[in-house]
Amino acid sequence: MLEQPWPWYVAGPLIGLIVPLLLLLAGREFGISSSLQHICAATLPGEAEYFRYDWKRKGLWNLVFVAGVAAGGFVAGWLFANPDPVAIADSTRSALAAMGVRDFSGLVPSDLIGWSALLTLRGFCAVVLGGFLVGFGARYAGGCTSGHAITGLATLQPASMLAVAGFFAGGLLVSWVVLPWLL
Amino acid sequence: MGRSAVAAVSAARAQRAAATADPPTRPLLVFGLGVYFGVALVKSEAASWFRIQEMFRFESFHMYGILGSAVVVAGLSVALIRRFGLERPGGGPARIEPKEPGNVTARLAGGFVFGLGWALLGACPGPIYALIGSGVTVLVVGLASAVAGAWAYGHLRDRLPH
Repeated sequence: MLEQPWPWYVAGPLIGLIVPLLLLLAGREFGISSSLQHICAATLPGEAEYFRYDWKRKGLWNLVFVAGVAAGGFVAGWLFANPDPVAIADSTRSALAAMGVRDFSGLVPSDLIGWSALLTLRGFCAVVLGGFLVGFGARYAGGCTSGHAITGLATLQPASMLAVAGFFAGGLLVSWVVLPWLL
Repeated sequence: MGRSAVAAVSAARAQRAAATADPPTRPLLVFGLGVYFGVALVKSEAASWFRIQEMFRFESFHMYGILGSAVVVAGLSVALIRRFGLERPGGGPARIEPKEPGNVTARLAGGFVFGLGWALLGACPGPIYALIGSGVTVLVVGLASAVAGAWAYGHLRDRLPH
């Protein structure tokens, strides 16, 4: 039973609760992508003003938080991993299969996102290029799904509405135009 | 009082204000909240590349249900916290600071770039960490790439439209 995935109406509210929990218990605003900035500030700030700050004071809590997220991934995705494939819509599955995705067994397709795929064009684009764009874009926009799409929309911030519009414009372009060509 | 003494006093005051504005770190608690979030990301399958494709193809309500209900619960909670004037640890009102409303270009362009990456990698930053923990170890490379992206942004910042 612990291995089963949760329906959206259980998972969504539980994810939403992280905002008040962090705010009331730790006095912090929910956001993940600032951890990328803190990692740069802690390791290789270079000449950029953007990385020249006291990362321990501003960011240590955030780095502890994302370490917890990884540990949570271990608990839910390793110790109590769902043995069944992700129950995506049949139409999605057949469209992705037609594009050449082969492995539907886990959370990600290992023939695209896996060590052996990393040296293929599509695997490189998905993991290395995709990761780079995620980090660059999240910092350019001032937040990612957690900071903008959840925290920002929940507090009706115009900046976050713009950012989320951008998320979808980019995502739609890749899912509908780039992936059918790349995969 | 000389000018330097005045400056010293105001600097000390600023330092004190900054110190009280800093909530205590509480590492175990923050780590625990991270675990909670990581479990939710995996069990909701929001950390699945397949779910992200399904979302951008509009072929299921699942991801919209997760994001929508998360936004409603977070919004109601923050409104209640304000209504009852609750404080954050270390003092001061527990509230979400408003993001700078300007920077329309940065929000849209940055959001667009993020969206490209989100659909390629099938994971935003939270799921990257959660997936690494779940055993998708190749995402260590994805994380390094994301850090490189943030690093590149930090160094190109002055030359990008904001």
